[in-house]
Amino acid sequence: MARLKPTDTPTGRQTALWTLLWLALAALVLWIVFPSTYRWHWDAFWQYKNLFFRGFLTMLGISLVAMVLSVLVGFSLMLGGRAPWIPLRVAATGYVTLMRGTPLLVVLLLGYYGVVSPLNLCSALVAGTALLALFEAAYLAEIFRGALESISASQREAARAVGFNLIQTYRFVLIPQAVRRTLPGVAGELVSLVKSSSLLSVLGIEEVTQVTRLLNSRNYTALEGFIPLALAYLAVTLPLTWWANRLERRFAYET
Amino acid sequence: MRLEAREVVKVLGKTRALDGASFSTGDQQKVVTLLGPSGGGKSTLLRVLGCLLVADEGDVMVDGAHLPHEEKEALQVRRGNGFVFQGYNLFPHLSALENVALPLREVHGWTQEKARMRALEMLERLGLADHHTKRPAQLSGGQQQRAAIARALAPKPSLLLLDEPTSALDPVMTGEVLDVVSELADVGQQIVLATHEVSFARKVSDWVIFLAQGKVIESRPATDFFANPESQPARDYLAGLGRYR
Repeated sequence: MARLKPTDTPTGRQTALWTLLWLALAALVLWIVFPSTYRWHWDAFWQYKNLFFRGFLTMLGISLVAMVLSVLVGFSLMLGGRAPWIPLRVAATGYVTLMRGTPLLVVLLLGYYGVVSPLNLCSALVAGTALLALFEAAYLAEIFRGALESISASQREAARAVGFNLIQTYRFVLIPQAVRRTLPGVAGELVSLVKSSSLLSVLGIEEVTQVTRLLNSRNYTALEGFIPLALAYLAVTLPLTWWANRLERRFAYET
Repeated sequence: MRLEAREVVKVLGKTRALDGASFSTGDQQKVVTLLGPSGGGKSTLLRVLGCLLVADEGDVMVDGAHLPHEEKEALQVRRGNGFVFQGYNLFPHLSALENVALPLREVHGWTQEKARMRALEMLERLGLADHHTKRPAQLSGGQQQRAAIARALAPKPSLLLLDEPTSALDPVMTGEVLDVVSELADVGQQIVLATHEVSFARKVSDWVIFLAQGKVIESRPATDFFANPESQPARDYLAGLGRYR
């Protein structure tokens, strides 16, 4: 078999072949491990496919709203962290540090049962989506900051030299170059956001993980729910990853 | 042009890049060259003269007009000047054409079409007609600097400020860029040039300002300076550069 150098990429056919072979092997292992002890009840789960699908759509909706929100908040936090006023800068960087140091589960429990619920602010669905977005925004802010700071000082000087003011410098020089550098990180973070939305089940929100757990306990099933659940998340995260890779290639230019 | 500075101080980080620099040139100087050892304050003085930096203390005048100390007014003055640096100052995400046209539209308020025509004209004048769709990474170092000169010249700046425009280039590319600068001088473009290319400076300069350690050591007509440098640092500098050329 031909040995690859680290930078080589296998052809599509080779990749497809080996993916199928490895999947077949995994299926075989599962089949050997679960032969007699596990009794499949796909029919029990199949009855509730509509409920599952509705949970899937809820997950999708939560993720999409949280993505948009987290990018906006993350960008504002990054700008806040670079603000010329000390209080704003301390607030933005403090927020990012605290959020990044706290587990999402704790943020959700504390935010919902500690703040939103006692004050009767909004539904669990809205609160959960917002908390998820606020949590991911802290990570995105750091990704944005890293990308912006990686642009060399000579670019800022060149922007000033052609007469751009601060806003024009960001708009025409810094952000277009930073966007490409953020893409891999942002895509990874958005994939992570989709997966993290499963934690919203602890607030009783009927997204796909919560629905699956309910259906499993109702039907005394387990894998019949969890396997479709895994596939449901992959159905969202894999296209997201591919899309990010394509964007990254499209923005590719040498510096 | 006539350039003047009185006791100019500019602190960058912890160093006093300009430490009480004073000089004045004669009237009607077309090409003023800043010479001196690295770290002596050439680049900083060039930036202050072009209003890219504002002096912390002291006073700078261009043709008798005081340069502002406020960033907002400095931006307005700066927009009337053109800058070319050592290298890597084109915007890598834009084509050569956009590098020239974008500031014309956004800074100088030109229409899309007028900016495009002007950018094409400038790139053609600098021998880059066939390269206007390329991004900087697809151009050679000399072509990049010529594109940078095209960008600086496009809005018809009153002053063209060049900060060691050939320091990052090999001898062939250096030649390409210096040819352009000398043509510009011939057609009467007002130029402030910081360089280590002494033989080139001797050819094009009208006036020389020699700096070391943030101070102006000599400020004299170029012919006088090169024929008979008065100060020891200037004599050492010229002798040192001449040793291998």
